[in-house]
Amino acid sequence: MRFLRRASARDDGTAAEQRAASDEDRALVARLLARDQAAFVSLVRAQHESLVRLALVFVRNRATAEEVAQDTWSHVLAGLGGFAGRSSLRAWIFQICSNQAMRRGAREARSTPFSALGGADEPAVDPGRFESNGHWAHPPHGWRADTPDRILERAEAVACIGRVLDELPPAQRAVVLLRDVEGLEAAEACNVLEVSEANQRVLLHRGRSKIRRALEKLLGDE
Amino acid sequence: MLTCRQMTELVTDYLEGTLSWKDRFRFQLHLGTCRHCRKYLRQMKVAAGTLGRLPPVEVPPATMDALMERFRNW
Repeated sequence: MRFLRRASARDDGTAAEQRAASDEDRALVARLLARDQAAFVSLVRAQHESLVRLALVFVRNRATAEEVAQDTWSHVLAGLGGFAGRSSLRAWIFQICSNQAMRRGAREARSTPFSALGGADEPAVDPGRFESNGHWAHPPHGWRADTPDRILERAEAVACIGRVLDELPPAQRAVVLLRDVEGLEAAEACNVLEVSEANQRVLLHRGRSKIRRALEKLLGDE
Repeated sequence: MLTCRQMTELVTDYLEGTLSWKDRFRFQLHLGTCRHCRKYLRQMKVAAGTLGRLPPVEVPPATMDALMERFRNW
């Protein structure tokens, strides 16, 4: 699976290497600079909603987040000629969006630091499911759909994931969005969100655990 | 010996490759003997893999028109 192949991040405070732009990214940038409308449309289709979701972490409401996302595209177009390819194009666009959203959030006096948006420190699994010796008392149920393909065939599962994602505490939502939904490297997500790798991992773990829990509830064999 | 409860808290560190070699060994040793934790690990991978393949949310036509206007004026 994709995230198993990622370069390992380290705990000693050094940042993991950020992935550079791929040939595909460079080709897409060249098409955009040549004013290729279809290339822009496909990029917007692929990333716009995630920009809105990311912006929503930092600003008050969806209308403002939508404005931030739209302004992000203007900044992307304006800065495209200077895209140096030191990160993936996707990460570069998210970086512009988070900068815009943080600035906008500060202007709205919503200056809660990102670290305060992480949600409560809660266990991945309800402690009631373990014996006092830490072993499973109520082990995970098998799922009726047990691969991404089979899960995606079920509309109720897709809706459930969307709902849980929207309900995650903002910082968990942002990390799960960038890492799992958008496939950014750990170092890229840390740069976009200005968060340490260790904190990023905690947020990812909590967010993913809640998605798993919701899928178990929906798809688990009792 | 790692407990199942500890294992559920280490899954993401394991998948991210950030466990020390010692903890990684303990984690794998536990997995080798506990089918429930193997199932748990698999479900976490499937959940993350599913997130990565969600269908994109459609951009409303009015938004797309507004963005195309920006593109044409660029």
